[in-house]
Amino acid sequence: MNNKMKIRAWIENDKTTVKAIIFHPMETGLRKDKKSGKPIPAHYITEVSCEHNGKSILNCMWGPSVSKNPFFSFRFGGAKPGDKLKISWVDNKGQSGSSEAQIS
Amino acid sequence: MLNNRRTLLKASMAMGTLAIATGAGLLAPRSVLAAWPEKAFKTRKYPDALQILAGTDQLTDSDTIKVKAPDIAENGAVVSITVTTSLPNVENISMFVPENAFPLSASYEMSKATDGFITGRIKMAKTSDVIAVVKADGKLYTAKKTVKVTLGGCGG
Repeated sequence: MNNKMKIRAWIENDKTTVKAIIFHPMETGLRKDKKSGKPIPAHYITEVSCEHNGKSILNCMWGPSVSKNPFFSFRFGGAKPGDKLKISWVDNKGQSGSSEAQIS
Repeated sequence: MLNNRRTLLKASMAMGTLAIATGAGLLAPRSVLAAWPEKAFKTRKYPDALQILAGTDQLTDSDTIKVKAPDIAENGAVVSITVTTSLPNVENISMFVPENAFPLSASYEMSKATDGFITGRIKMAKTSDVIAVVKADGKLYTAKKTVKVTLGGCGG
């Protein structure tokens, strides 16, 4: 399982902008294998939680229609440079991953 | 001491059963995670999905919500959607695509620290409205934008 994630977080005008990509196939379960004709089983991230210094700031709930290798971005206030931002996810098969970044 | 050992044994056995159940697909992992609204995500009709997620279908159109999306999406597999709102006390921002097999695409639970701003990339099967539903101060507001899709991105 590829648990890679890319996070960037920086402060601009007192607000922290976060941009993140999680590498995940995000299979809808609606696609069919072209050779065998069998449906490809659904495999997608259901929940992503974002924490700033251990405090939850955003909770994403996703369905299968979120794009492959999902990218998302949000903004929040009250952070200082050097603060920690942690993003963790769980998918419908029970797999999970998490990554931490420093806010600059 | 003995007692503790017994409890531990019992606990580990229970865990083992759970793991087997999960592995066999009898108990899907998501049912352990209570927060994810499975029903809303698996509903195939937009009004039903909205009803399940929000508990109501009474929405107020609002100019304070902006849905930024391309007019024409050449590739339905990756459509970038940005929802911004100037409403105070935003609790939740959800995105719906009524023409998709599963209309509810994403739901974001905001905290007090977060701004009314979210960007995400979604798949679109065909030309459809993208509907943003924002919950602020306990009330539901909405705005939408039509995106023309030339190549669907949901397969099937």
